[in-house]
Amino acid sequence: MDVEDVLRMDRWPHILCPGCGNGTILNVLARELAERFENGDLDPDKTVLVSGIGCSSRLPGYFRLDSLHTTHGRPLAFATGLKTANPDLEVIVITGDGDAAAIGGNHLIHAARRNLDVTVICANNYIYGMTGGQVSPTTPEGDVSTTTPYGNPEPPFDLCELVMGAGAPHVERWTTAHPVQLKAAIGRALDREGFSFIDVLSQCPTNYGRRNGFRDAREMVEWLRENTSTRDEEGKIRIGILRDEEREPFHARIRKVLEKAGGDGD
Amino acid sequence: MRDENGKVEFLQGNEACAEGAIAAGCRFFAGYPITPSTEIAERMSARLPEVGGVYVQMEDEIASLAAVIGASWAGVKAMTATSGPGFSLMQEHMGYAVMTETPCVVVNIQRGGPSTGQPTKASQGDVMQARWGSHGDYEVVALSPYDVQEMFDLTVECFNWAETLRVPAVLLADEVVGHMRERVVLREDVETVDRELPPEGEEVERPFPLEPDDLVPPMPVFGRGHRVHVTGLTHDERGYPCTDDPEVHRKLVRRLCNKVRKRAGEIHESVGYDFIERDSDIALVAYGGCARTVLEAAEEAGVTVFRPKVIHPFDEGLVRRLLDGYEVLVVEMNLGQYYEMVKMALDPDCVHLLGYPGGYPPTPERVVEEVERLGG
Repeated sequence: MDVEDVLRMDRWPHILCPGCGNGTILNVLARELAERFENGDLDPDKTVLVSGIGCSSRLPGYFRLDSLHTTHGRPLAFATGLKTANPDLEVIVITGDGDAAAIGGNHLIHAARRNLDVTVICANNYIYGMTGGQVSPTTPEGDVSTTTPYGNPEPPFDLCELVMGAGAPHVERWTTAHPVQLKAAIGRALDREGFSFIDVLSQCPTNYGRRNGFRDAREMVEWLRENTSTRDEEGKIRIGILRDEEREPFHARIRKVLEKAGGDGD
Repeated sequence: MRDENGKVEFLQGNEACAEGAIAAGCRFFAGYPITPSTEIAERMSARLPEVGGVYVQMEDEIASLAAVIGASWAGVKAMTATSGPGFSLMQEHMGYAVMTETPCVVVNIQRGGPSTGQPTKASQGDVMQARWGSHGDYEVVALSPYDVQEMFDLTVECFNWAETLRVPAVLLADEVVGHMRERVVLREDVETVDRELPPEGEEVERPFPLEPDDLVPPMPVFGRGHRVHVTGLTHDERGYPCTDDPEVHRKLVRRLCNKVRKRAGEIHESVGYDFIERDSDIALVAYGGCARTVLEAAEEAGVTVFRPKVIHPFDEGLVRRLLDGYEVLVVEMNLGQYYEMVKMALDPDCVHLLGYPGGYPPTPERVVEEVERLGG
């Protein structure tokens, strides 16, 4: 199966800016899905994409799959209904830092706590790109955005620590400078039963980079490569597999409730 | 105990609502505790697992309706229940359900507002919010039960109209009917309606046609090979975002409204209404819990009375046919919301209001006093 076969090619060109990190995420997700559909590891008819609002949340619309483009911050709440009503679905949630950590922060921690069996890909580009570059909950302190013209006075969220604190069993962080590793991470997330969270540090050259000293997307990707490490290194952002454990997923525990109540049909 | 239609029980209105939902085929409930609706969630959490259904208590009411919509796209009939403050939080997803044409049922056991208001007291203050609480132009179905039997029956009707029209349907009840206990027949003969589905395994080329023959397209279900994109953005026939073509937006929004408006007469006839005609110049209008005292007052004062069960869509033709020529007194537990719609249908000078917020319906004596003031 070709990558084009899993995409809605009639929707090209897409709406992303030149150099946008979401292109890399779309690319590796499409390749991972195409491979899995090809070798029968995954059924395209049972694979569902869910997203909220923002640039990254537009990605599901480019996949030739069932896809639900929902409201700002709430894709995990919609995914809770989809997955528990039909546990046969493979649910992938695409979200961003504003969507998942600001307006959707509560849904994020509760989906992690319940161990909802979904794969969450969070395009974390430190900024509200769709609305023109406002500060987000992951914008580094001191950085300039259209709503922090004097520098961001707030400390940022570490989204991986947040979801691990809420109980997420599988958590990884990669960047758009690590497409091969990111693709493998998506594969692991699809293989895991339970809440998988992949924080993807990504570049927004249009609305973040140019206000913070980066000349272009290439420079931003270089920065991501140089300032991250799979080991704990002073002054570098830790990437890689941050947690990989097994925990009974939510739908399996709901199944046990049905068995107790006698409604499991057996 | 049984009668010819089913099991007879002595239940609270909220419990009867849950039983009606299960009889209608509801197999998913997501909710958040709130007075005076909580008994619905409690009953659903006990009953759904017995019939193979799923109950989830969500982190808030926004998430509750989101999960319900998600379950509906998984092909399962789904419901949530709440009251004023929770209904306010749900408005975001009322709009999303309208735009994505997702059948679902939202029960609102109305309490006094604005804000947290009177948690344990009845109100009918959400009549306009049920219709237009979310932004944009839209129409929904909202039904108002006045006794425990109707909490069961109209919940079934809500599911049936939600499935028929692919809209969110609101059971617009109130604390009076939610918390009272009465005899109720848990009917086993309920007629249920299921959404029309496209053939399984076929990709749906035009899931959201702008000009379909009957205004309601078949609903694709996720996981059946239809490969549809669903968005709250203005979308074209393929379901793809199309936000800057005025004609596409106009056609879409017109269809979303017309599919409900054009069936207004049919919905009123099928759900029914009470119209007790008496030799009088005055007619009373009331619905929901408030109608219980108003029906008694009408009998006492010897005047005509109209009790709609369908609040939205409003059927102007029906109201004109029944009430033209009367001095009309609308009695409701708010400061005049259904009243405004009645005024638009009739000569506004002939329409009067006994607006009665505060937590209880007016006594029959209070209503009769108002009738007498009008010269009845």
